[in-house]
Amino acid sequence: MNTLVYIDNFKGEALPASWEAVGVGKTLGEVTGLIFGSGLEALAKTAFEYGVDEILLADDVSLADYRAEVYATTLKQVCADQGCDVLLFPSTSRGRELAAMAAIDLNTGVLVDAVALEANGDKLTVTRPIYSGKVLEKVTCSLKPQIITLRGRAFPKPAPQPGKTGPVKKVAAGSGALTTVDGYTTSEGGVSLTDANIIVSGGRGMAENPTLQPPADLDAKQAEIWRAQQGFAMLKEMADVLGGAVGASRAAVDAGYVPYAMQVGQTGKLVSPNVYIACGISGAIQHLAGMRSSKMIVAINKDAEAPIFKLARYGVVGDLHQIIPALTVAFKKGLGK
Amino acid sequence: MKLVACVKTTPDTTAAVKVENGKATWGDAPLVINPWDEYAVEAALKLKEANGGNVTVISVGGEEARIALKHALAMGADDAVLISDPALVGVDPQAVAHILTAAIQKLGGVDVAFFGRQAIDDDSGTTPAQAARLLGWPALTLVSVIKVDGRSLRVERAIEEGRQIVTAKLPAVVSLVKDSGEPRYPSFMGIRKASKAEIPTWSLSQIGIPVPAAVIEHVTLINAPVREVVCELITGGNPQEIAEHLAEKILGEKQL
Ligand SMILES: Cc1cc2nc3c(=O)[nH]c(=O)nc-3n(C[C@H](O)[C@H](O)[C@H](O)COP(=O)(O)OP(=O)(O)OC[C@H]3O[C@@H](n4cnc5c(N)ncnc54)[C@H](O)[C@@H]3O)c2cc1C
Repeated sequence: MNTLVYIDNFKGEALPASWEAVGVGKTLGEVTGLIFGSGLEALAKTAFEYGVDEILLADDVSLADYRAEVYATTLKQVCADQGCDVLLFPSTSRGRELAAMAAIDLNTGVLVDAVALEANGDKLTVTRPIYSGKVLEKVTCSLKPQIITLRGRAFPKPAPQPGKTGPVKKVAAGSGALTTVDGYTTSEGGVSLTDANIIVSGGRGMAENPTLQPPADLDAKQAEIWRAQQGFAMLKEMADVLGGAVGASRAAVDAGYVPYAMQVGQTGKLVSPNVYIACGISGAIQHLAGMRSSKMIVAINKDAEAPIFKLARYGVVGDLHQIIPALTVAFKKGLGK
Repeated sequence: MKLVACVKTTPDTTAAVKVENGKATWGDAPLVINPWDEYAVEAALKLKEANGGNVTVISVGGEEARIALKHALAMGADDAVLISDPALVGVDPQAVAHILTAAIQKLGGVDVAFFGRQAIDDDSGTTPAQAARLLGWPALTLVSVIKVDGRSLRVERAIEEGRQIVTAKLPAVVSLVKDSGEPRYPSFMGIRKASKAEIPTWSLSQIGIPVPAAVIEHVTLINAPVREVVCELITGGNPQEIAEHLAEKILGEKQL
């Protein structure tokens, strides 16, 4: 089987879900890595270490910024020239879009968001969550190539093998641009939510700290936001100690405490960390839709009846504004920091 | 501007969906417009308000599809079209992309086709990109901010790394994420107008395409495994003691 794995990168840096996809590819046989972009020598080197056997590299200034149409055309060309039975993508925003377009370009289908994969001879069956994970479906596609996107953190990341290398074959960049990229506004650094091992999330409860005295010139709404932001700063401190990321409920986003990029849930990000610490979050079904697949959930909530406790392995019924600072200190101590 | 928003009817987000006799069921949970599609309708209405024109909403489906169309009409869309055909049972999202493309072409002269980022039933999120590819229009997906400048659109796309700022010429496909603007509630007048609206139905032959072949085979549906967890509540002592006890438990799980 000729397996191609698309290695999604931003400015030459791979998204971790790409390596998980390489790992899945290796379970099927040899893996050819597809890397598109500009200035990619270092990335190609890393890809071999993660297990890629051969690389098809489209390294061109015209690919410096991801543009769907140009990337899709490059991909179509590569598949036509090299042949391809299986095409795997990480389910990143770019990976999903390219997979969707590739299905059109190559007259086949696409199976999105696999969380498990079975190979029966050459035929792959994918398990994918639908209805926000309330139901799982098993699907296949009899057309070739079989195009599959793999949900982040659903498959193990292979251990890198330092020094492993392989052949790099240059391929041409496609044409057909329909957009120009004017620039980026990048989110402030830190661990990305979707890749995070540990997430500390805050909800509406972050604002409920009457002991804080906001500056006198703020009105009631501004004072609420100010209180919540002190609360989120406290979560950030704890997340930093744990090497994790900070998330939020929709109520916290809609109230203006934190930006939408931090929202976890049905209409926010889908996350599956090893540990998810929910602080002042009630556990509405739409919030659970985004974090249900976390390995371990911890809840801190003053309401013992909050539904979040039904999913939690550990819980504290109490005031998060008292527990969190003490918990941060305890983690520092426990981790020897 | 001639604007289109593609919408779908889905079970409400609170529906307890489960598998019964091999099919997904949700009891008497209400059917609603797919929440992401409300953002698509909102974006289309905003563009119309700023630049003039009209908004047509399209849905592919059976009678249930009227729920999404009526909601969009009640929000303020000008017309609706239902694409329905007995041949369309269990179509996959890719077939829907083909059908919507044909419908958009039949409408003719469309400047922007809006989509929600994904439907919350199938959760594929592939239709906007596929429709764009089929139409040969730029795919401006995951958009949170839209600006029109003559015949071009400048958008901000929400990507993993932050925002990507992209410009494209019209016509274009745009898919929306949440912070593009909260969808308005239907007004009382809107609801009255929508309840009286006659929604034309187009068959596949009317939009001039054969039944698209299904490319995905559905093998089985299974209920998601129930999470078997018993919550251990950490109690006793002052916050410091509780916190130390909790930290010890969490670190003891060796997940960090
Ligand atoms: C279509 C749709 C899509 C949605 N998408 C999402 C989504 O993507 N993500 C999402 O999160 N929600 C989503 N929601 C909203 C969801 O229904 C809830 O409204 C939201 O999750 C509630 O957020 P919350 O838990 O922060 O707030 P609340 O439900 O108000 O809960 C706040 C909690 O904080 C606790 N608390 C307060 N003060 C303290 C304190 N001092 N110490 C400890 N605990 C305290 C309270 O006991 C309470 O349990 C969606 C809703 C709809 C209809």
